[in-house]
Amino acid sequence: MNTIDTDLSRRGVLAGLGGMAFCIAVGNDGVRLMSQAQANTLANMPVTPWVRIAPDGRITILSAGAEMGQGSMTSLPLIVAEELDADWSKVAIEWTPADAKVYGYKDPFGTENLMWIVGSRAVQLYFTQLRTAGAQVRKVLIANAAQKWGVDGASLRTEPSVVINPANGQRLTYGEIAAFGTIPATLPAVDPKELKDRKDFRLIGKSVPRRDTPLKVNGTAQYAIDVKLPGMVYASTLHSPVHNAQAGIWDPGKQDQSAAAPASWNDAEIKAMKGVIGIVKLPTGLAVVADHFETAKAGRDALKVTWGKAKAAGFSSDKALEDYVRIHADPNAQAVKLEEKGDVKAAFAGAAKTYHAEFRSDYGYHAQMEPLNAVVRISDAGDKAEVWEGSQAPDESRKAVAKALGLKDEQVDFHQCYMGGGFGRRSLGDYAAECALIAKEVRRPVKLIWTREEDIAQGMFRPQSFQCLEAATDASGKVTGWKHCVVGDGEFLLITGIKIPYYGVPNQYIERRGVSHGIKLKHWRAVGHVFNTFAIESFVDQMAVDQGVDPIEFRFERMGATPKARKVFEALAQMSDYKAKRPDGRAIGISITERSGSLGAGAVEISLDRATGKIRVHKVWAAIDGGVIVQPAAAKANVESAIIYGLSSILHERVTIKDGAVEQSNFHDYNVMRMSDLPEEMNVRFVEADTRPTGLGEIGNPFIAGAISNALYRLTGKRIRHLPFTPERVLETLKA
Amino acid sequence: MVSFTLNNRQVSLDADPGTPLLWAIRDHVGLTGTKYGCGAGLCGACTIHVDGVAQRSCQLDVGSVAGKTVVTIEGLSPNSSHPLQQAWIVEEVPQCGYCQSGQIMKAAELLAKNPKPSRADIITHMDGNICRCGTYHRIIAAIERASRGA
Repeated sequence: MNTIDTDLSRRGVLAGLGGMAFCIAVGNDGVRLMSQAQANTLANMPVTPWVRIAPDGRITILSAGAEMGQGSMTSLPLIVAEELDADWSKVAIEWTPADAKVYGYKDPFGTENLMWIVGSRAVQLYFTQLRTAGAQVRKVLIANAAQKWGVDGASLRTEPSVVINPANGQRLTYGEIAAFGTIPATLPAVDPKELKDRKDFRLIGKSVPRRDTPLKVNGTAQYAIDVKLPGMVYASTLHSPVHNAQAGIWDPGKQDQSAAAPASWNDAEIKAMKGVIGIVKLPTGLAVVADHFETAKAGRDALKVTWGKAKAAGFSSDKALEDYVRIHADPNAQAVKLEEKGDVKAAFAGAAKTYHAEFRSDYGYHAQMEPLNAVVRISDAGDKAEVWEGSQAPDESRKAVAKALGLKDEQVDFHQCYMGGGFGRRSLGDYAAECALIAKEVRRPVKLIWTREEDIAQGMFRPQSFQCLEAATDASGKVTGWKHCVVGDGEFLLITGIKIPYYGVPNQYIERRGVSHGIKLKHWRAVGHVFNTFAIESFVDQMAVDQGVDPIEFRFERMGATPKARKVFEALAQMSDYKAKRPDGRAIGISITERSGSLGAGAVEISLDRATGKIRVHKVWAAIDGGVIVQPAAAKANVESAIIYGLSSILHERVTIKDGAVEQSNFHDYNVMRMSDLPEEMNVRFVEADTRPTGLGEIGNPFIAGAISNALYRLTGKRIRHLPFTPERVLETLKA
Repeated sequence: MVSFTLNNRQVSLDADPGTPLLWAIRDHVGLTGTKYGCGAGLCGACTIHVDGVAQRSCQLDVGSVAGKTVVTIEGLSPNSSHPLQQAWIVEEVPQCGYCQSGQIMKAAELLAKNPKPSRADIITHMDGNICRCGTYHRIIAAIERASRGA
């Protein structure tokens, strides 16, 4: 059941199959649209309907925009509809199948096609391909009308879902054309110049309501956790409390399966419990399978397990942070160069003044509201599997399930569901693969739900870090030399946002020094940007204060802010009136941030309860250059969401690991922001830009830490240098 | 066998009376609008009404609602017509949407006893319900809109 339209009935959509169906396929030039006939001539080319137009005018557009609340499910088909000039009220949306060869975008960092809706990629990476696809379908419709009327297609124009002959006023609706039209063997090419002018957009930039909203106010939106199959049983897992991971992103194929495996457990006792069907041994855990979830969970809670010894045994996050300091001080420590510009040595040797600062940050947990879960059904013959999951990367999930079962990808059908939050966690299919292993062993359809406690204990975290920054300034106070070293685990997760392309410092050296703890790490709403931007922007503020220069002025004149950076700062200055005196007991702090092609400047106004150390954020401003904004209302909501996510992580959230195990277990000790901490005001503005859309799902997050820390300095004269800024840490900072 | 009224319907479940009401509603009855978030009464995603009072269904045994009246998001209104549901759509509150059933049920309790709540009243009442997407400001706007009858 893939149909996710709200206005049109399932029956109507199926009836649409009688009309015209366009396909997409992958060629050397990436995704392109092709006719069914053309597709069929290509041996072994997977093809699937992409746009279908039914004789009654209904248009079905498939969406690759996995939906976790950011709105891409609606935004992507809307881009097709714009160039197709479709009547949006007649458009139904369906999920695409999980076939990256057909529905993926080209990996910006590789050669393969991906469907990963991560790193704020959906709109920015699909934008041009989807516009072209929509324009091609429109051309075919016009050509059919032209032929019927015996006129030149170039003389015709369209209005939403209608082809019009301006010469005589003749009209044919898209549905009418679908009833008689044919699709040429080779679809017409679309020159980029033929795409609509921005001023002619009817849908892009117009804040069209999201299609999932009505389903999310009455309980009918289907998440994977809601799927129920005939004969389905339930599983609850208990994993080794000590993680089993290697450096970088967690990969089930790279795990040492003897480590962290269950060695012995109270098998007979659990199996004797009422309703328990069996226990399945997994690579790093056990699954109790039962007739109902609560029974499976009761079995899981009663497990007593002896675990194998994993790499992270004995790991302490606090101690590791201190090790990072030693690694930074060690001249022989291995370092990976990330950026080298100009002559840093000379800049420092000839400096009028040098600056130095250190920063630390703790692990962060995604805390998506829907605990990880999946449903898997395997055919009796074992040659076909189906998976239901809310996934940011359905292609990866399908692969993970196929690999677990020893099947080919094509033997696995993936059914996309809404995600109760993703934030970077839902793109591996690790829990879907576990569910597949369980389903295979019990030979029944299985729903696996991780408890919240499992979800935290087995979290894949935003890595912790230690950072050292140094700067050299010349006699005029200009920053001429810049050094930044980040130390920690997580390889590429550790370095996002560490470069400063929005500043023009001529001499730079940026490096990473890596360690590996065996703790699972993962993308996390802008991940490295959170701590790197914090360090960078606190350090810049420190220099501005030292030189007695206005913080924005300092960035312009002494950091060499780029024209794009100046533009967002100017918008921010105007919005926030940041030079104006704040009410007593309040201060404002600013920061810039870059993410996924977008650039933003942000400010916060805070106050502090000096007795408790609690920071209160009263107002937030963000001025963002995200290129052309496809869906302004959804984009604004996205930025607001990232602002709150940032405030929550900076003021409240902290994962600590002791003796190799995560110390937090649920929302009583992993604190996420609640309504009472909501700022009184959030102001988001997109600056006018005519460039292609860039990512907006995370841009609201990384400026928060620097802005708060800079505001705190202005309020107290103390600089906080360790994320998160919990009340205890703020009190320590005030005492220091 | 446990019997109670669920969304104006009499239900009798062949479930252990100790079964958490959340799972009884979701899996035994099959109404999945009520969500599992923490299982510990900490997040509010499973909020439902028992005799008109908002409760965390993960913290109640199904046996404890025998003979009582339970309302879930599916029973709040036919066709999403409750003023809060309409306001939720107008204010475009949901993002991932997972917590919103619980948010709406919690808000419905507030408006039933306090039709014109202040912003402070709203925050005090709603503070136990987590929204990880951070839609709190829109939740407040939607409750205020519903209370205005707009």
